[in-house]
Amino acid sequence: MNPSNRQNLVIFIMLGIFAIFLLRLFYVQVIDDSYTLWADQNAIRKVTIYPARGILYDRNRERVVVNRPIYDLMVIPRQLEKGMDTTSFCKLLGIDKTTFVERVNKAKNHSRFKPSLFQAQISVEEFAAIQERLHEFTGFYPEARTVRSYPYQSSAHVLGYIGEVNQRQIEKSAGYYQMGDYIGIGGIELAYEEFLRGKRGVKYQYVDVHNRIVGSYKEGEFDSLAVSGEDLILSLDIELQNYAESLMVNKKGSVVAIEPSTGEILAFVSAPYYDPNLLVGSVRGKNYKILANDENKPMFNRPLQAQYPPGSIFKPIQALIGQQLGLMGPDTRFPCHGGYRMGGHTVKCTHVHDRLNLEESIQFSCNPYYCWAFKTMVDNNPGKSSPEGYGIWRDYIAAFNIGSKTGIDIPNEVKGILPSVNYYNKIHGKRWYANNIISLAIGQGELGITPLQMANVMAIIGNRGWYYRPHLVKQIGDGQGATVKAEYREKISVGIDDQYFDVVLEGMQKVVDAGTARLYGKLDSMAICGKTGTAQNPHGKDHAVYVCFAPRENPRIAIAVIVENSGYGGVWGAPIASLMIEKYLRGGTKRKDLEKRILEAKLL
Amino acid sequence: MQRQEKTIFQYIDKWTILLYFILTLIGWVAIYSAVYNEEHKSIFDLSQNYGKQLLWMGSSYLLLTIILALDFRIFEGISPIVYGVTLLLGAGVLFLGREVNGARAWFEIGSFRLQPAEFMKLGTVMMVAYYLSNTDAAISKLKAKLVVGMLLAIPVALIFLQHDTGSALVYASFIFVLYREGLSVNYLVFGGLSILVVVLTLLLDEWAVSISIAILLALYVALSRKKMKAFWRGMLVAGPAIAVIFSVNYAFENILEEHQRQRINVLLGKVEDYKGAGYNVHQSLIAIGSGGFFGKGFLQGTQTKFDFVPEQSTDFIFCTIGEEYGFLGSIAVLALYSLLLIRILNLAERQTTRFGRVYGYGVASILFFHVFVNIGMAIGLLPVIGIPLPFISYGGSSMLSFTILFGILIRLDSGRKLVLR
Repeated sequence: MNPSNRQNLVIFIMLGIFAIFLLRLFYVQVIDDSYTLWADQNAIRKVTIYPARGILYDRNRERVVVNRPIYDLMVIPRQLEKGMDTTSFCKLLGIDKTTFVERVNKAKNHSRFKPSLFQAQISVEEFAAIQERLHEFTGFYPEARTVRSYPYQSSAHVLGYIGEVNQRQIEKSAGYYQMGDYIGIGGIELAYEEFLRGKRGVKYQYVDVHNRIVGSYKEGEFDSLAVSGEDLILSLDIELQNYAESLMVNKKGSVVAIEPSTGEILAFVSAPYYDPNLLVGSVRGKNYKILANDENKPMFNRPLQAQYPPGSIFKPIQALIGQQLGLMGPDTRFPCHGGYRMGGHTVKCTHVHDRLNLEESIQFSCNPYYCWAFKTMVDNNPGKSSPEGYGIWRDYIAAFNIGSKTGIDIPNEVKGILPSVNYYNKIHGKRWYANNIISLAIGQGELGITPLQMANVMAIIGNRGWYYRPHLVKQIGDGQGATVKAEYREKISVGIDDQYFDVVLEGMQKVVDAGTARLYGKLDSMAICGKTGTAQNPHGKDHAVYVCFAPRENPRIAIAVIVENSGYGGVWGAPIASLMIEKYLRGGTKRKDLEKRILEAKLL
Repeated sequence: MQRQEKTIFQYIDKWTILLYFILTLIGWVAIYSAVYNEEHKSIFDLSQNYGKQLLWMGSSYLLLTIILALDFRIFEGISPIVYGVTLLLGAGVLFLGREVNGARAWFEIGSFRLQPAEFMKLGTVMMVAYYLSNTDAAISKLKAKLVVGMLLAIPVALIFLQHDTGSALVYASFIFVLYREGLSVNYLVFGGLSILVVVLTLLLDEWAVSISIAILLALYVALSRKKMKAFWRGMLVAGPAIAVIFSVNYAFENILEEHQRQRINVLLGKVEDYKGAGYNVHQSLIAIGSGGFFGKGFLQGTQTKFDFVPEQSTDFIFCTIGEEYGFLGSIAVLALYSLLLIRILNLAERQTTRFGRVYGYGVASILFFHVFVNIGMAIGLLPVIGIPLPFISYGGSSMLSFTILFGILIRLDSGRKLVLR
């Protein structure tokens, strides 16, 4: 082989190898773009900036729900170092090694590159100790979050709570929610989620090999600021609310107070209640279980979901409808005789009265009177058959928002029970009469009404025939023109003329001044209209019901109180309601003995 | 005097010098990117590696000028001395050197480190050229092979003792020199086949490869007319091949060190270890791969700037170029080296003395081998072997020794016509 051939072979081999290198480089640099992703995952960290969730104030601008900072510890599995001092890390976090391995594996299953939650909701105090040494452990970094905190420790059923979104919610949100986001669960937190949550911000940062932040990515071109959620002004008066809760301690039942002129709910108590702080942070799961298994069902939202037969508080409504139909008047009298007899059955009265007029029938809560009244409205409506008569009567009842949802701005409300004409057609055939369904006359039988509806009825009567839908949020945001949702600005009339209210209000005031509520429902120099009731309870002692509003003219507060299994409304309902009226309108009570007796009563 | 000076610089090969300058400047800028420090933004900052590299470059240019000013005739004569001195340094470092990363390969003088291995290459090239030139020995003769083998074996042994496998492997490149001087092409073929067999054995299984060879042999014999002759001829290849196969695993398990075994396993794709043995190469590939066609731009490489690639300014300097200048940058660097190599081989061929020619081939072979191993490693085609990229990697020893190696060739070339006179 001659020398120049030898030179050419050497050159050929050398350049041949370089050519192979170029092919490889072409593949790595131009064709295969996975390395670009690797490089970005190495050096670019996406930091989510969580918006501050809106704060909740009461009607007097007291902070009812605030945000408390906490830290989530995140892990990026790929960045974990082999020689990591796991023992001291575990000690720092107060976890054992098994937990550590489990969590790391879980994170790895999620993604080796993307951050996963390692330990959630570390308090500021705990985190201070952790932070000092965190830099020793590559792959871990903190993310500042906030959780809810409830300085008044009350109103759990109104406020609801927040928790991390689940997979289904993430999918449904069309990209809004991400793993680890908080979402309202129940109550105001759920109903006003879209206002409260705000908008997440994002920051892209460069990190170096030691996971230190070394600068912002492309001068923040892709960054976005977090937008805080809207604050809400609740209609609740937190002092009144807390007072009502304390009055309901060791009792089962509900208290709902509404400002009749606006439909704003001033107090909303479901007893037994619980401290909303129990459902915050890492203890939530445990506490949730305890609450859910409690036999007194503290998680049950009674004002919205418990239905009771309205009992005697149904009487003022009937009195109004009878007049509006033109079938009754202030001087309409029906016999009592201690009972309304029909066939072999008698609807009894608690007393034996003379023939009472309309006002007295309310004052003395005469059952037979209302049986006659009901019979008059159903059977004796001129030109109408009994089912038709019932249909008309029912429409009036329905206008009082009975048998349908009030539309309150927290979820899971039930509508209650108000049987339709068809319902009875199915049971009794085409021909049936008032006597077939006479229990309705005194608010018993197939009727179900929630405490919220009861309070709303009081607001309607107090307003002399109209109402705003009851609601808990008075104002969204605190900017100019901030207002409530449109459905709460609509004034609704129940179709009863103003003139018919005088006699009913008079009767109801007498209930308080000289009737069944006179012992505990009465206040000095205040005209209060009320009505006691007893909701029959097939399972035990009857439920005490008391509804009222005050003052009689231009009422500022309408209240419904239900104390389950306690007996007479006048004994347990009336004192609670009247103490609340005093609290709200006068700042407190002078009847300390009564207050003490109620606070200490154990009726569970 | 004035006249002679002019003569010397008149005949130096300016294109080769230009390529040399370009490569050192590319290295300087790449090092600047690789160790870029916000607090020391000046590329002239002597407290940083890019500043120091500038000093090394300056020294090298000065050294180059001095070499070009020397009488070209002295180089051949001093070859045995240079060889002897560099071997002495190489032996001395075993006792007096400072241990870095498990290799006792550096003298430490003040804040500077000197690596004798870098200079032993120079001594060895000169000595081999000296021997072949002075004895006029034909390389096809056994004696010449043995002597050259000895001359190579001594530095290789010393370097192995320093635990610097990479530098020892460089001596394999002498096969090109010897081939040019008359070594049978069979050695190249055999060398190539050996590498293929070794890789296959490591990848597959020694028995699988042996059986495949046996089958090939049987086919060859079956298809030949003169079966006996074909059998013996075939055995000539198959025999050594099978010997290689069975020594590979032994060598792999017993001679190589643990980290070397791991690197090879990672390279062969037997182990996926992005955090341990495979970390360097993986990060290096990310850097190069993410550069794309045009690169991310000067100082824009995230892998480079945020220190994801280790040994960024020395062994993995090619990453910086790949990341910041993309495929275009890669082509440019490989093209510059190709031009330089072709140019050097042409210079070697036009030498009028055997010393000059052997020396020229030696320079080309060593340069090529460094580029081959360094870039091959950075792009994941070769196992991780820490040797510098000539003229580009950060480091004084490498810069100075390559400059001397290169400079002597240029000086020999510029004086070649005087030999004729």
